[in-house]
Amino acid sequence: MANRFRTLTLTFTLVASLLLASTAARAEEFITLASTTSTDQSGLFGFILPKFEAQSGVKVKVVALGTGQALDTGRRGDADVVLVHDRPAEDRFVAEGWGIERRDVMYNDFVIVGPKADPAKIKGTGDAVDAFRRIAAAPVDFVSRGDKSGTNAAELRFWKEAGVDPKAFKGYKEAGSGMGPTLNMSASLNAYTLADRGTWLSFKNRQDLEILVAGDKRLFNPYGVMLVNPAKHPHVKQEAGRKFIDWITSADGQSTIAAYKISGEQLFFPDANK
Amino acid sequence: MFPIRLAGARFTAGDRPLLDGIDLTIGGDGITVFLGPNGAGKSLLMLLLAGLLIPDGGRIDWNGGPLPDAGIDMMFQQPMLLRASVFANVALALKPLGMKQTDVRRQTMEVLHRVGLGHRSEDSARLLSGGEKQRLALARSWVRRPRLLLLDEPTASLDPTATEAVESIVREIRTEGAKILMTTHNLGQAMRISDDIVFIDAGKVREHTATARFFSYPQSPEAKLFIQGELPWRIAFEP
Amino acid sequence: MSETFGDALSLLGRLDPAVLGIVWLSFKVSLTAVCIGAAIGLPLGAWVAVAEFPGRSVLAVLLNGMMGVPSVIVGVIVYLLLSRSGPFGPMGLLYSPAAMVVAQTLLVVPLVAALTRQIVEDAWREYAIELRSLRFNMRQCISTLLYDCRFSLVVALLAGLGRAMSEVGAVMIVGGNIEGFTRVMTTAIALETAKGDLSLSLALGIVLISVVLVLNGGAYTLRYWAMRRYG
Repeated sequence: MANRFRTLTLTFTLVASLLLASTAARAEEFITLASTTSTDQSGLFGFILPKFEAQSGVKVKVVALGTGQALDTGRRGDADVVLVHDRPAEDRFVAEGWGIERRDVMYNDFVIVGPKADPAKIKGTGDAVDAFRRIAAAPVDFVSRGDKSGTNAAELRFWKEAGVDPKAFKGYKEAGSGMGPTLNMSASLNAYTLADRGTWLSFKNRQDLEILVAGDKRLFNPYGVMLVNPAKHPHVKQEAGRKFIDWITSADGQSTIAAYKISGEQLFFPDANK
Repeated sequence: MFPIRLAGARFTAGDRPLLDGIDLTIGGDGITVFLGPNGAGKSLLMLLLAGLLIPDGGRIDWNGGPLPDAGIDMMFQQPMLLRASVFANVALALKPLGMKQTDVRRQTMEVLHRVGLGHRSEDSARLLSGGEKQRLALARSWVRRPRLLLLDEPTASLDPTATEAVESIVREIRTEGAKILMTTHNLGQAMRISDDIVFIDAGKVREHTATARFFSYPQSPEAKLFIQGELPWRIAFEP
Repeated sequence: MSETFGDALSLLGRLDPAVLGIVWLSFKVSLTAVCIGAAIGLPLGAWVAVAEFPGRSVLAVLLNGMMGVPSVIVGVIVYLLLSRSGPFGPMGLLYSPAAMVVAQTLLVVPLVAALTRQIVEDAWREYAIELRSLRFNMRQCISTLLYDCRFSLVVALLAGLGRAMSEVGAVMIVGGNIEGFTRVMTTAIALETAKGDLSLSLALGIVLISVVLVLNGGAYTLRYWAMRRYG
């Protein structure tokens, strides 16, 4: 009986180690890329990464976070490469020595989405700052990411330019989550929100929402890529990381980005070589 | 180990004395029965003798020394039965001895055959009949070949046939050379099986004499009352 | 709603390999965590039930309390430990299935230990005096009690597996929800919900619920069988 018990304990340990071994196998080369929900959830990485992985033999593991969190992940050394969209924060990241070799990659654009009925009357203004001002003046809801992401940072810049303190605006709601959940929330509240076009296009639960403002130059949203500084974190896979950065800014990488479309619409516009 | 001596042993629950100054000497031969009404303190005395409880007052020694490391086993009124086979329940007792598996198997099976459970060794212990369960418990106590075997009401809820079977096993263990101490409130059983009787009432030893003498010439008034009052009552319910 | 539900069923019917991979990883990670959790939690719980030492009841209360610790908190703690800037950073475990196993193990151990303590304590109350009379040492008492309670303890392990498989907070943080590598059912559900793809969420949800139902059905059958077999 005692033996049977010991056998059981042994079995537990054995099963555990077998399962562990099966997950730990495959010692292929990989890099960890901290990026944003907008690039991952829009399906861009799913489209371009297989091509890079096939060419280079380097697997890319994408951890999709808000821009702020993605940069923090790089700061802690938990990623090799960071690809985000918040230029001021990126510059700070590089200036503080956490990242090196920052390159422009592409841009997409933000859109202001809201209910079809458009009670704030922003449709067709073409002026994003004015649209923000009108939203704040109307008895409507606005859902903010509220998660220190690039989109959140851009939104806060618009409020500032519009001269509105969002905290004082009654309909302002901070979701504290990614683009998708924020859109889900806006859809159920019939509220306005600022979204990146990529996530919007691949978002399925739109209900009554539609794009109301787009095309303003100030809505352009540039992405930058950088290597986490190996001088700060010696374990960073700089060679494989550089391969990725070189590829995504190369003619091949850039044309692959341009080729990604959702229902015929191009989401990201390469701008590494402008 | 023998003689086991109790001198003024007391055991109290709160301020209520359950054992009230026990003086008793237990020798190493034969079958001694602790007799007395319910609540007299018989089972408690057993636990003291097995070293499972320590008296609150007075002293107890085993041939002048402390509790021996081995050689004393006890069968409880409600024996523990694991959710396992008959075999496993007996082999359990050999676990602390660190024996080889083959020896465990051999000794366990031998004892099981002697209590008449050899053919049921792979059955579930908890599904045995009442009499079989008591025989299993006896086998578990016996398998370690104790020098002193304490049996607490081994036949309390058994029918006459099952009682008879248990008694004959107890005699066999005695013949092998073990000292047996058992409690009962069955006067007939005490008369049949014991060599001497310790009569206990209200936490005190009232009498300790040879069995024949106890029943013919009880000395204490409590024992007289017990024999007179209880005997017909017992016969009516335990033929 | 009914449309979403229909889509979910058709997704399941197709047995999409990506979906299967996610389900398989969920099992691997959670089963590993439960196995390790059992190897630690069962003896730990039994020890707390049996041993006599000052602070035993404090430890028992602590274990009971830790059953309800939000998984996100465990996630954050494991994240900080495994991060390159943390004490175990050099092992490079963050964003890997191993990190998820660590986090889930930390969730499972208190749960299994607390339930084990309750179950074993009841048996101990019943058996203590006889086991002491047999001169069993602590280890022998523990192994005997665990063995005797094995059918009830299966339920404790299932509760552990349930907690491991259904939690999302911890694996999301320490696993990173990397496609094809650390994406499990719950994080996939969170992601698909975020993308507004409710039918895929629901499909995975159906798998998750079925798994839980099958496991509990199995546990019930086992206990029923054990009751008839062992009384």
